[in-house]
Amino acid sequence: MSEREGHSPVIRMRGIQTRYGPHWVHQDLDLDVYRGDLLALVGGSGAGKTTLLRQMIDLQRPDAGSIELFGEPLQAGPRAERFARRRRAGVLFQQGALFSAFTVYDNIAFPLRECGGLHEDEILAMVMSRLELVQLKPQHAMLMPAQLSGGMIKRVALARALALEPELLLLDEPTAGLDPERSARFVELIRSLHEGLGLTVVFVTHDLDTLSALANRVAVLAEHRILATGSLEEVHAVDHPFINNFFRYRSAVGERDETEEAGS
Amino acid sequence: MKTRAHAEALSHAPPPSLAREGSRVVLRGDWCLFALRPRLLILRAQLRLQTQHLTEWDLSAVTRIDAFGALLLLRCWGKTEPASVIMSDIQRAAFDRIRNAAHQSLPHTPIDWLSPVRVVGEWVLGAASHLYDFTTMLGLVVLEVLRLVIEPRNIPFKEFSAALYKTGLRAMPISALVGFLIGVVLSYLSALQLRNFGAEALIINILGIGIIRELGPVLVSILVAGRSGSAITAQLGVMRVTEEIDALSAMGVSRHQRLVWPKVLALACAMPLLVAWTSLAALAGGMVCAQLLLDIEWAYFFSVLPNVVPIENLYIGLAKGAVFGTAIALIACHFGLRVKPNTESLSANTTASVVTAITSVILLDALFAMLTRGIGVPLR
Ligand SMILES: Nc1ncnc2c1ncn2[C@@H]1O[C@H](COP(=O)(O)OP(=O)(O)OP(=O)(O)O)[C@@H](O)[C@H]1O
Ligand SMILES: [Mg+2]
Repeated sequence: MSEREGHSPVIRMRGIQTRYGPHWVHQDLDLDVYRGDLLALVGGSGAGKTTLLRQMIDLQRPDAGSIELFGEPLQAGPRAERFARRRRAGVLFQQGALFSAFTVYDNIAFPLRECGGLHEDEILAMVMSRLELVQLKPQHAMLMPAQLSGGMIKRVALARALALEPELLLLDEPTAGLDPERSARFVELIRSLHEGLGLTVVFVTHDLDTLSALANRVAVLAEHRILATGSLEEVHAVDHPFINNFFRYRSAVGERDETEEAGS
Repeated sequence: MKTRAHAEALSHAPPPSLAREGSRVVLRGDWCLFALRPRLLILRAQLRLQTQHLTEWDLSAVTRIDAFGALLLLRCWGKTEPASVIMSDIQRAAFDRIRNAAHQSLPHTPIDWLSPVRVVGEWVLGAASHLYDFTTMLGLVVLEVLRLVIEPRNIPFKEFSAALYKTGLRAMPISALVGFLIGVVLSYLSALQLRNFGAEALIINILGIGIIRELGPVLVSILVAGRSGSAITAQLGVMRVTEEIDALSAMGVSRHQRLVWPKVLALACAMPLLVAWTSLAALAGGMVCAQLLLDIEWAYFFSVLPNVVPIENLYIGLAKGAVFGTAIALIACHFGLRVKPNTESLSANTTASVVTAITSVILLDALFAMLTRGIGVPLR
């Protein structure tokens, strides 16, 4: 697409090859994420979405291929620079990955403290506002991760990923385990952050509601590569068994609503 | 695409700045945490100067502001926000995200004068709960043994054999090496002394009784406590952290039967064998050194050994091995099952497990020495 020429991608992956033993996960995979994208990464379970997210921030190296983050190769520059680059991204892990020895408060405060220069009072205000954003109560701040419910773990992890309001957010199934209302609020929150701060968000989701409400771009990962990218409509129009299957259920929900409405 | 261009523009904004223009304060640039961070000191100082109730704040030249930027301003303004603030709706959203929390301050924790008393109390209660848990576990393991005698079908042979392999067989190289070297050192030091008295032949007595009865069992116990004790605690602890123990219970499998019992039995069986093996290695080391320093032939060493070391010493050494092994396994399992689901507790319990196991082994050894003081020591 021509309008992309002027923009440098935030993430640029070229020719990614990944395998575990004899089992290929990615083969010749290319993906570009541009500034301001709300990119939904979809694909079957075990397709390698989490692996791809981990590779974007150098938690895992592909067997071959190149990755650029913020316009520079992941491995470029001295240690401090590499770490600073990573700090510009907020990550929500699929299982939460909260620090089990810290309270909720300290978990969210961790990236703020790492950043340096903030007063404890300001950290408190930031942490409390993050808790409010993900609709946790102040009294939850002193709980340990082991004392949280599954959905609460997700929300605390999200609050931690958002602590610095970083310019790049990588979210692995952010709405899995949330009730529909909280999912909707989450979408609203990310949208408002996106509008105000020009965030770039890459999120993995299996939830078609979140997908259609949030994404302005969709990338489909199947058959070890990115099958299609584009707006939801563009991707929907691609004729491929996986894509047809994936979106079939969405149409099914829509149709049922319509028939119910017609019936009543 | 509009959003991309918009985002692109936002990301190349000038750094944050603040200027006073007449009665107005004009803010410019990128008021996001990462841009603010390098000039935080200056901006804080500048903001502090502006508090004399200026009437107008102009944020229209601010390209973007995040919650932290908004927080800085809100805290500068105090509870009463200035009458006139020029900002866009998007900027207002950033303020709304933090406004409720902006003026909270850390709760003042009063000094707790009773804390020394509380520390002592918690320590006593902690010790009591250890005793309680340990006794409970011991009882459950004994019950489990009875249950397995009635229903031998349930005996977890696989777990037992895996534990035997890991704690016994895999420990053989290291314990042989350590035993051999200790034997060499012991023999060397004794030989130097004995030569002064012309009592070279006594080296066989010293090495024989010292190693078989005392050094072998204690040495192996310390090795095994560090090697297998920590491994057992860490394994049970991680199973606790990852809820695997709960998964076992949910499937109706007793953790004492499947996890604790095989490990205790495996160590109780493996330890006497390891003791024999290590004592052998230590004797070999001693023998090599004695031959080099004192010209005592290996054949002579072997033929004299049974005469000067009564066989009871071997039995005592092996019995010690079995008892120490059981103690190490029980202690390791005890601490493993006490791990709370966080990493801090995991590391604390693993440390406590090894320290307690080694201490208990030494205490048990002293007890053994008292109980067996008349057995196997040739008194002339
Ligand atoms: N450390 C690993 N060792 C071996 N294989 C792995 C490892 N991590 C992932 N895999 C394999 O790689 C494949 C992709 O895993 P990944 O976690 O990226 O899937 P995913 O797309 O995130 O799936 P889901 O939607 O279920 O989370 C899977 O088949 C998985 O078995
Ligand atoms: Mg995944």
